[in-house]
Amino acid sequence: MYLTMGLDIKIPIGLMFTIFGVLLTIFGLFTNNDPALYMPSLGININLWSGLLMTVFGAIFLYFGIRSRKLNKK
Amino acid sequence: MTAGFSLSWIDYTIMIVYFVFVLGIGWALKRYMKDANAFLEAGRSMPAWVAGLAFISTNLGALEVMGMTGSGAKYGMLTTHFYWIGAIPAMVFLALFMMPFYYGSKARSVPEYLKLRYDEKTRGLNAILFAVMTILASGISMYALAILMEKVLGWNFHLSLILSAAVVLAYTYLGGLSSAIYNEVLQFFIIVIGLLPIVFLSLKDLGGWSGMQEQLAPIVQAKGFAADTWTTTWKYTGAAKANPMGVEWYGIFAGLGFVLSFGYWCTNFLIVQRAMSAKSTTAARNTPLIGALPKMFIPFLIIVPGIAALVLMNSPGKGFSLPLNNTGQPIYDYTIIMLLRQYLPAGVLGLGITALLASFMSGMAGNVSAFNTVWTYDIYQSYIRPVTGNKPVDDKHYLKVGRLSTIFGVVISIAAAYLASLFGNIMDFLQTIFSMINAPLFAVIFLGMFWKRTTGHAAFTGLLAGFFIALLHHGFTFPEGADTLVKGGWIVKTFAYPVEMAQNFWTAIFAFTTSTVVTVALSLMTRKLKSDEELKGLVYSLTPKLKEGDVVWFKRSSTLAILVLTIASALTILFW
Repeated sequence: MYLTMGLDIKIPIGLMFTIFGVLLTIFGLFTNNDPALYMPSLGININLWSGLLMTVFGAIFLYFGIRSRKLNKK
Repeated sequence: MTAGFSLSWIDYTIMIVYFVFVLGIGWALKRYMKDANAFLEAGRSMPAWVAGLAFISTNLGALEVMGMTGSGAKYGMLTTHFYWIGAIPAMVFLALFMMPFYYGSKARSVPEYLKLRYDEKTRGLNAILFAVMTILASGISMYALAILMEKVLGWNFHLSLILSAAVVLAYTYLGGLSSAIYNEVLQFFIIVIGLLPIVFLSLKDLGGWSGMQEQLAPIVQAKGFAADTWTTTWKYTGAAKANPMGVEWYGIFAGLGFVLSFGYWCTNFLIVQRAMSAKSTTAARNTPLIGALPKMFIPFLIIVPGIAALVLMNSPGKGFSLPLNNTGQPIYDYTIIMLLRQYLPAGVLGLGITALLASFMSGMAGNVSAFNTVWTYDIYQSYIRPVTGNKPVDDKHYLKVGRLSTIFGVVISIAAAYLASLFGNIMDFLQTIFSMINAPLFAVIFLGMFWKRTTGHAAFTGLLAGFFIALLHHGFTFPEGADTLVKGGWIVKTFAYPVEMAQNFWTAIFAFTTSTVVTVALSLMTRKLKSDEELKGLVYSLTPKLKEGDVVWFKRSSTLAILVLTIASALTILFW
């Protein structure tokens, strides 16, 4: 039959959140000395923290996605 | 209206990345769309976790996210009744007792199940109503989002409407139901992750949950309620006047917990379609259960920030306020976006806006993909061009019809969005009609599945009778302070409910009861036209029982159901 429609959604999810995560982490690092930007978020560099969290989240999905792709090939 | 809410390059970059992925998924699936089955039913190939997250994501549309955050501010934790008592029991029931028949009967849609179980006229009635209502609902949610983008972000109304519709059209046209489902999973994660920062920041700002409770007390007491009304769920439901929803515990229990929620979760094809796309009976049964797990925690994501917003509105130092409507009342639906604006700096702000766009798209794609299936199979294939028997020709033809009806559905949705912009009441109107249709439908499907004696004539009459009584009930009663006839009392104003919600609950209860009584009575009076053999796989007592022996214990539906019910009970007790 169609199996999983030939696409494993884990990989796009992993890829997108890794991109979001890296983007926000870098943006957070560059804007770390900008207290005005982080006034609304109570002085917390929310970009940096969300970015790191999302990178980890994306990486986990990528890991499982790539692993099941390898298993399928075997 | 709101100056200083501008997005920067980083916000736009995030949005563009999101759009690239959404369209990319549609594009990647294009080559698998070889026939109508692949396009409209996702080839029945989805793993349970994918179908389960899509199941919940379809329900997490823009209207839901905006509305529930607003309800958080208006009613507090009482809003969780829509999630715990008002969804979980129905989802578990659908999974354990109804999915085996929906899935096992090989019906391709809920109307088709009605055709197999009852007869053509019952299917026709349901299919046509469903097609019309789904497209209207899709249009209204488009309108709601476009107006939000216009008022808050200053985007052009027409542009945001057409652009977001075009994106949804592109990926559902390319990849059909599979594309809608895969994107719903992606959208689910964006909605959760994109809104998490405001949950964290708003609670931190108010000194955590206990800090928020302390600051809530005087605000709530000024409204005439007990200090902890906004942070409890069942405690003040002994009397309707003691809680802001204006409903007693038995009204919540019977109206929301039974009639409305079972009517919605167990019969709405939009939802059931996700579970029907699963790859096996076990996966189909597990779909609603896997969806129920995140569903229970969504209140913390969208209701809790709403409660925080009520405190913020009453703390002048915070500089937080909701936009006002023409009559000077705060527009509660805008709570979520005003919170995004309050707390998020450039960067995560883009993610938050993307989350709202994602919720809009998952809702709309859900509507469109359910519409094109019902249109193609239940209307076109049944009444306009039946199957010819030449499979390759048929496959190609219905795939083309499925694709064209996707375009048609989106175009009509856009028209409905403009209709909504002309008539402000259309949303109230639609919700009212929905509750009148769903409750009788649940009665009829439930009786059909569990009582083999139920006949087609009885079911059809039961549907009409339930709808008619609901209409009458709505015509004679009205919520206090109603300013339009859309809200009720359009025949004679005889009875006033304290709030609209109470009226909705009772409309549904009346409709359900009437429909049940009429269907049972007529079934006993009319002749059973379908033999027991024909009803095999459609009715509980005539279908071999499912055995789960060969499934690993933690993947069994019974295990998952116990887990879901345990967590839901624990949450209910914790926030009693």
